[in-house]
Amino acid sequence: MSEQRSNLHGVLAEFATTEQLLAAAAKTREAGYTCLDAYAPFPVEGLADALGLRRPLVPLLTLLGGVLGGCAGFGLQYWASVINYPVNVGGRPLNSWPAFIPVTFELTILGASLFAVFGMLALNKLPQPHHAIFNVPRFALASHDRFFLCIEAGDPKFDRVRTAQFLESLQAYAVSEVLDE
Amino acid sequence: MSSTPKNPPPLRRLAPVLEPGHTYASVTDKISAIVLTRPAGIAWFLGISLGFGLVMILGMALAYLIAKGTGIWGINIPVGWGFAIVNFVWWIGIGHAGTLISAILLLLNQKWRTSINRFAEAMTLFAVACAGIFPLIHTGRPWYAFWMFPYPSAMGIWPQFRSPLIWDVFAVSTYGTVSLLFWFVGLLPDLATLRDRSKSRAGQMIYGILAMGWRGSARHWHRYQSAYLLLAGLATPLVVSVHTVVSFDFAVAIVPGWHTTIFPPYFVAGAIYSGFAMVLTIAIPLRKFYGLEDFITMRHLENMAKVMLATGLVVAYGYMMEFFMGFYGGNKYDTFLAWNRLHGPYAPFYWSLILCNIVIPQLLWFHRIRTNVVVLFLLSLVVNVGMWLERFVIVVLSLHRDYMPSAWGRYSPTVWDWATYAGTIGLFVTLIFLFVRALPVISIAEMRELVAHTSEEKP
Repeated sequence: MSEQRSNLHGVLAEFATTEQLLAAAAKTREAGYTCLDAYAPFPVEGLADALGLRRPLVPLLTLLGGVLGGCAGFGLQYWASVINYPVNVGGRPLNSWPAFIPVTFELTILGASLFAVFGMLALNKLPQPHHAIFNVPRFALASHDRFFLCIEAGDPKFDRVRTAQFLESLQAYAVSEVLDE
Repeated sequence: MSSTPKNPPPLRRLAPVLEPGHTYASVTDKISAIVLTRPAGIAWFLGISLGFGLVMILGMALAYLIAKGTGIWGINIPVGWGFAIVNFVWWIGIGHAGTLISAILLLLNQKWRTSINRFAEAMTLFAVACAGIFPLIHTGRPWYAFWMFPYPSAMGIWPQFRSPLIWDVFAVSTYGTVSLLFWFVGLLPDLATLRDRSKSRAGQMIYGILAMGWRGSARHWHRYQSAYLLLAGLATPLVVSVHTVVSFDFAVAIVPGWHTTIFPPYFVAGAIYSGFAMVLTIAIPLRKFYGLEDFITMRHLENMAKVMLATGLVVAYGYMMEFFMGFYGGNKYDTFLAWNRLHGPYAPFYWSLILCNIVIPQLLWFHRIRTNVVVLFLLSLVVNVGMWLERFVIVVLSLHRDYMPSAWGRYSPTVWDWATYAGTIGLFVTLIFLFVRALPVISIAEMRELVAHTSEEKP
């Protein structure tokens, strides 16, 4: 019994429209479930609110990347032109900062973009080739035209039978167990 | 509402962004079928053969160049910046429309960008790849190109950070990198779709690896949207900065015709102008051959034509101001340059430029022209040629007669100049053809979003 439980990732319900998914997500949260995730073939408006997701950390990481990139860009030029290899050209200032702006700007953008993309991937824990949810045959439709809601086994209220019954009561098109083999 | 007239006055209805009747499944099937099930067809093989033949010519031209040096080209003193720089600026400008469509139109919430952004971004990447070749080989010793990057070298010196040419290295490499990231992030959900729908083991493996296990989780989408929007916000100032820096390559130099403050905005407008022309050049055959008229509708073509018209007028203003300043500024070298453009040995190029970039595109004022696909395609080719001529005029006409008449000269390209140029066009065509067969040309995930939005709007 306990072995079976550890194999179980959760219970998955399938829906045909975004409205059904949003309603089901709201009802599931009302029923007290907290450990759940939804799957959709495109970003569904309002789904993050329905699931009570927090604001993503990506913007903060992007800011950090931009600041780091900008400082590195200016620092590189300052260090090379003023400290490491100063060249006196007719007494012109070594720290000719206006001429350093284009490279500083480009590296700010580069740093911010790299942090935005790789930060997003890291927070999403991608690449992750294997996930239990792929074991459900109909889940291939999550990248086509179907919407899924999964209540995970880690939820304190999770019960194999009652959770499945609850999801069926939400007019799900189909309900299936997600097994992690 | 009994007071409503039965027949409202006949307004000209805008074509829809997406033809009605599509569902999530139908857009997915139709776009993924081009990659997964549709046979390549004879036209595809003919097209890629032509492109790949030109790539072979490019290989030959580059090999001969590396063996002999840049003396095989027509460049010499005083015109040291021949075709290489003309083509570099032309290609990098073409790339700008892709970023404009994907980033700026996203921020402006323009729904019509959805079905054209994917291949416009691909076009950007391929154009940047073609552009990057030219400054590299123009250095004469491309195997020392890494000297342009700041690395702790054994020579103990650094690149000249006060030079626009080094700014260019940073601008173009950042632009290439960010465009690739933007494109890849946009592709991620579509790669997952192809992984799930591919019937072949190889397809499942390749798309599976590229999709990195994307499963469409709401948490993932939440962060994804945030990152995508931020990238758009970052790419917007970037795209403006890139062609500004390219224009600095000219504007910082003290050469008549180059040393002007109008160059940055006029270069950016010209870049968008030529880029939209290239997007039309690709979009019109693409929608025809792959039956994508439902997705790339007349609305898209007409909107792109309008953007071309607007940016073309900005470019025309730039030409006008160059002339105005040539005479008003009172600098005799600038005045002579203006005269030399109109009457000098390269005057036919200048007049062709005015014809291609200013006169003929005025046809776009007419609704009937903007909605005539064949005429629009021909017009886009005319603008592509015109923008190439513009860069030729900027590079060659300013250099060949600058200050002292004793230092004047002429420039004419050799067969190797033409071979290299034609070769990069071949590279571009080849990459586009491969892209069409390997990746979804239209963003499937965004089309589903569009289906969701348009079905909401129905009364």
